Amino acid sequence: MPKLIKNGQLVDDDARILVLDETQAPEELTLAAGPVFVPFAVWQAHKGQLSGRAGLGVWLDSHEDVAELVPDLDSISAVALNFPKFTDGRAYSSAALLRTRYGFTGEIRAIGDVMRDQFFFMQRCGFDTLQPKAGKYSDAQLEEALASLKDFSTPYQAAVDQPEPLFRRAARAA
Amino acid sequence: MYRYDTYDQKIVDERVAQFREQTRRYLAGELTDDEFRPLRLQNGLYIQRHAPMLRVAVPYGLLASRQVRQLAHIARTYDKGYAHITTRQNVQFNWPALEAVPEILAGLASVEMHAIQTSGACIRNITSDPFAGVAGDEHIDPRPWCEVLRQWSTFHPEFAFLPRKFKIAVNGAAEDRAVIQCHDIGLELKRDAAGEIGFRVLVGGGMGRTPIIGEEISDFVPWQHIITYCEAILRVYNRYGRRDNLYKARIKILVKSLGIAEFKRQVEEEWVFGKNGPNTLTEAEVARVAGHFTTPAYASLPADDAGYVSQRAANPAFAAWTRRNVLAHKVPGYAVVVLSLKNPARAPGDVTAEQLDLVADWADAHSFGEVRATHEQNLVLADVRQSELFAVWEKARAAGLATPTFGLLTDLICCPGGDFCALANAKSIPIANAIQARFDDLDYLYDIGDIELNISGCMNSCGHHHVGHIGILGVDKNGEEWYQVSLGGSQGNHTSIGKVIGRSFAAAEMPGVIAKIIDVYLAQRQAGERFIETVRRTGLEPFKLGVYGDAAVKERKQNA
Repeated sequence: MPKLIKNGQLVDDDARILVLDETQAPEELTLAAGPVFVPFAVWQAHKGQLSGRAGLGVWLDSHEDVAELVPDLDSISAVALNFPKFTDGRAYSSAALLRTRYGFTGEIRAIGDVMRDQFFFMQRCGFDTLQPKAGKYSDAQLEEALASLKDFSTPYQAAVDQPEPLFRRAARAA
Repeated sequence: MYRYDTYDQKIVDERVAQFREQTRRYLAGELTDDEFRPLRLQNGLYIQRHAPMLRVAVPYGLLASRQVRQLAHIARTYDKGYAHITTRQNVQFNWPALEAVPEILAGLASVEMHAIQTSGACIRNITSDPFAGVAGDEHIDPRPWCEVLRQWSTFHPEFAFLPRKFKIAVNGAAEDRAVIQCHDIGLELKRDAAGEIGFRVLVGGGMGRTPIIGEEISDFVPWQHIITYCEAILRVYNRYGRRDNLYKARIKILVKSLGIAEFKRQVEEEWVFGKNGPNTLTEAEVARVAGHFTTPAYASLPADDAGYVSQRAANPAFAAWTRRNVLAHKVPGYAVVVLSLKNPARAPGDVTAEQLDLVADWADAHSFGEVRATHEQNLVLADVRQSELFAVWEKARAAGLATPTFGLLTDLICCPGGDFCALANAKSIPIANAIQARFDDLDYLYDIGDIELNISGCMNSCGHHHVGHIGILGVDKNGEEWYQVSLGGSQGNHTSIGKVIGRSFAAAEMPGVIAKIIDVYLAQRQAGERFIETVRRTGLEPFKLGVYGDAAVKERKQNA
């Protein structure tokens, strides 16, 4: 089973990330059983049936506004935020908003172009689950990549993982 | 100046370890070129025409003598014996081997330096007034605020992959010496009616392909809220700045497309959530940081040192240098010295390892151990006793650092251009040196007076050509290097963007073109009028006529 990082540990995960191709209308979709992340458009089209389904998550692309998901957050256990390219940093703001402004306590998963070099930033912004693309890292490499979560031991700023900035957390010598 | 505590040091040390590992993975083929590029850029490492280029951060332009010695060591050990001062007060090395960069970074970390966020689509090195703390027209010292913002922006997790680079400048004096109107965020320190410190905030300024002067988004943000206010701006930009087109990705394009009123509305709507939150600055933190920027132990001296007065009277060359390169200091008996890096024999802004070592020695002997780098690509000793100026001048002259042309035509700003930079359309250093060679008569330069000539080798505008009184831009026409000339640009309180005067020129024509522009100025100027004032009064027509001739101007009008 493929592995990903959840709360700083390697875990098995076989959730599918459902991607619509251009010809597919979200309304026409039938979902096979099993854990799956559906695109935001599919969620909107099938909210009624999908609500409360076990193992269901919704994924948003980087241009999609997390605010639109807010009325539904109580019925979703996991949100995945896509990085179409790892240099597209919008999902950092989306994750931070989900955690701080919208109070989402479920899983926030980073998907798409996810590299170990972003892990530290992702975790700081509220991602608890990090899923590099299939084949990006071997299990051994992913194990090794856990070290990137600890690239910096004491960051300066307040963020989701450390809600206070260093100047409030520590007594710094003048 | 600011000294690292254990937290600051640890962050820099951990960065060295992180980059060492990233470099190892790249060299081992575990990171592709495309993957490594943004990572190395966020550590100031470019791949240039001939070799990698490493840009080292000099936060708000401030250097300690031991840091200058470390830069000399790097230049000697890993480079070809010189370094380059950039227009953002940083230092660049043009020839390090990629494999050596982790070692260079470790050396920098040993003197509390780094290359963090000197490039890449993130918050860049924060720039400021090179005369901070010593200028007579300063209301509020910008350095502690720059340091507070440096720490906040260093590895900010939400803003490491912005649509494009993001530059912040801070000024705290009556005259803007930090080009705040041409930054993504420009901060002007001020006091409100009750005497409380805060910031006038400008947003959306920038040079590049689309030069825009920043607009005021707030006339006063109290100091406690400056971080949360900047975060609100950055979050709106990160979410809604364009990412589909590199040339339209800067915040200035977002501000223009929304309009400043709507942009401000979005920022302030966002700010509601951060304001008064944990990122609100505390008096204790500001006092801690400000405690690093204390007034040096100035001696109590007469306003005019008698020896200095007589040395100036006796030695015309010394007097000429003091008239241009020695500036008033707010403390009686002290002076600010500009060490010119515009020796015509070198590329503008270049400084050798030997010179750096000497500058470090002079800083220790004469200026409380500190040196500053300016965006105009010179070095500054900010706290020299008048009585020691003659000694400093003699040393600087012997080292080739006393070119007495500060603020004159040949004290030009110039990017590295096509000789080094992979982005450039044209070379800029040979143009600069050719102009310096043409205008080598000091009396003539003094007669021309204050003028700013800025040269960029491409539209990215590292050479600030848009705000040069005379701006030169290298352009590519069918694979050939040509140069476009603009007039009327200006930095400072009256920032303006220059206007192109007409068709571009070949490299060989450039000194002659500048000479014609200067001739027009000298013929047109009224008593006491500086070049930029004449251009503003007369407009471009007389200059076009002087450069292109009567017939060419008429023909252009007919065709228009």
